[in-house]
Amino acid sequence: MYNNSISIWAEKLRKREVSSAELTQFFLKRIEKLDPQYNSFITTCNEQALAQANAADALLAKGDAPALCGIPIAHKDIFCTRGVLTTCGSKMLANFVPPYNATSVENFARAGTVTLGKTNMDEFAMGSSNETSFFGPVKNPWDKECVAGGSSGGSAAAVAACLTPGATATDTGGSIRQPASLCGITGIKPTYGRVSRWGMIAFASSLDQGGVMARNAQDAALLLSTMASFDAKDSTSIERPVEDYSHTLNTSLEGLTIGVPDEYFGEGLNPETATTVQAAIAEIEKLGAKTKAIQLPHTKLAVPAYYVIAPAECSANLSRFDGVRYGYRAELKEGEGVEALYVRSRSEAFGDEVKRRIMVGAYALSAGYYDAYYAQAQKARRLIQQDFVEAFKEVDLIMGPTAPNPAFKIGAKGNDPVAMYLEDIFTIATNLAGLPGMSIPCGFVDNKPCGLQIIGNYFAEGRMLNAAHQFQCATDFHSFEPADIA
Amino acid sequence: MDRAEIENIAKLAKLHIEDDQIDEAIAGMSNILELVEQLSSADTKNVIPMAHPLDALQRLRADEISENNVRDEFQAIAPETENGLFLVPKVID
Repeated sequence: MYNNSISIWAEKLRKREVSSAELTQFFLKRIEKLDPQYNSFITTCNEQALAQANAADALLAKGDAPALCGIPIAHKDIFCTRGVLTTCGSKMLANFVPPYNATSVENFARAGTVTLGKTNMDEFAMGSSNETSFFGPVKNPWDKECVAGGSSGGSAAAVAACLTPGATATDTGGSIRQPASLCGITGIKPTYGRVSRWGMIAFASSLDQGGVMARNAQDAALLLSTMASFDAKDSTSIERPVEDYSHTLNTSLEGLTIGVPDEYFGEGLNPETATTVQAAIAEIEKLGAKTKAIQLPHTKLAVPAYYVIAPAECSANLSRFDGVRYGYRAELKEGEGVEALYVRSRSEAFGDEVKRRIMVGAYALSAGYYDAYYAQAQKARRLIQQDFVEAFKEVDLIMGPTAPNPAFKIGAKGNDPVAMYLEDIFTIATNLAGLPGMSIPCGFVDNKPCGLQIIGNYFAEGRMLNAAHQFQCATDFHSFEPADIA
Repeated sequence: MDRAEIENIAKLAKLHIEDDQIDEAIAGMSNILELVEQLSSADTKNVIPMAHPLDALQRLRADEISENNVRDEFQAIAPETENGLFLVPKVID
């Protein structure tokens, strides 16, 4: 029963076949027993979770409870949770207990979900392998010597090992889709502005977007319908009603046109990943969709543009960490002043990758370089977006690989930041364009999961989840699970 | 990228790099700058820089009080405070 989907649990809760308190205890025990081998949680919230579960049970007993009432989930440790440690994977926030909830956390709380705990992640979401976390790397449940992907590696591994039926995550350059692909689960990053960024610790504000991870598209639809909202507290939130993504899951794919970008099957792609993804697209064709080769000619600009824009925004966002108001404060020596307070607190509490990105950003924004780097990157970003705008005149969805390779060994790319950055070649363009993207399991390469990426036009999350669900009705890649988790 | 340049960037970013890590920092930065250098090959003449994917405009709201005073809650998690103020080392003698 550990591997039941959210919809099955919700049904059992509504019929009172199981209580939320029992379900919550069941998953807390699984975490306690199994997580030491994965390191997917930074914090578990035993007491608070049981209190939330009891409240949910009271609501369920009355009837008329929201769809997710009583369902336990986990939040990525980037979302502020009132009264619960929120570290963002950093020594800087290793003692940070926020006095408020992120809007997303609030949306889930209002729906009656239970927070099991906070999941591990790359420090400040900067990484593609979860190895930059101050709390140690997450291990991939499919192969514990391999990375779980990043930055939402904790959420992905926890869902893959059935330590939680679902989890929140964030995606700035692929941080939902790539770990979802590497851990063999379903993850969706909606359109920029669809999920509130308020209370979600900022990395690169024009790219950051919250989303969800689950074991199938049907569950992801339930979670996203709850998480998405317009939020006046986030200045880039989009004022537009949220769809019930569960309603369109069963629409036929007959007549749907899938664009397959030539650029996503070229250099850098593992040949077995290519074959696996092509077979998945052929499967979708069998369900009535047509495919069409398309071109996204500015794809090669995505990684370089991203590694200007993301560090530039990160250097501005992370300037708030100064040892004064919250977070880590260095012990000063006699006679040291406020400058030493800033420099020592930041130097002692940020990890290497975070420092590297802050410095790249500071350089790109510094006098004399702004036009050559930041302004040029923002123009490249427009070109990348225009590629998609043109493509979506002819196709409904775009499909290709999520990540160029399956999960790699922990430590394999440790000393080469650029090699690590190239793991995101297929996901970054979507963030730059602000488009929704998702990853679903579509097979195995070297006995490790491989993901199919689905990219939609703005606000096409319903269509994407629909295609994913239809694929999952016809195949069983999503129901495979790692050994030793039963 | 040389030593003086990386030290200047670190200073701007309020970070200190240990002497024995300078070479590694230079190598890391140089690799990344080489990667982003590919941008210069893009023809961006007449392209308008993109700030928001949906070209959304900044929303405005009425100038009304919308939040409660939560100073005490925020200061409860601060490293050092006194009488409602955040304390830092002495700035002016």
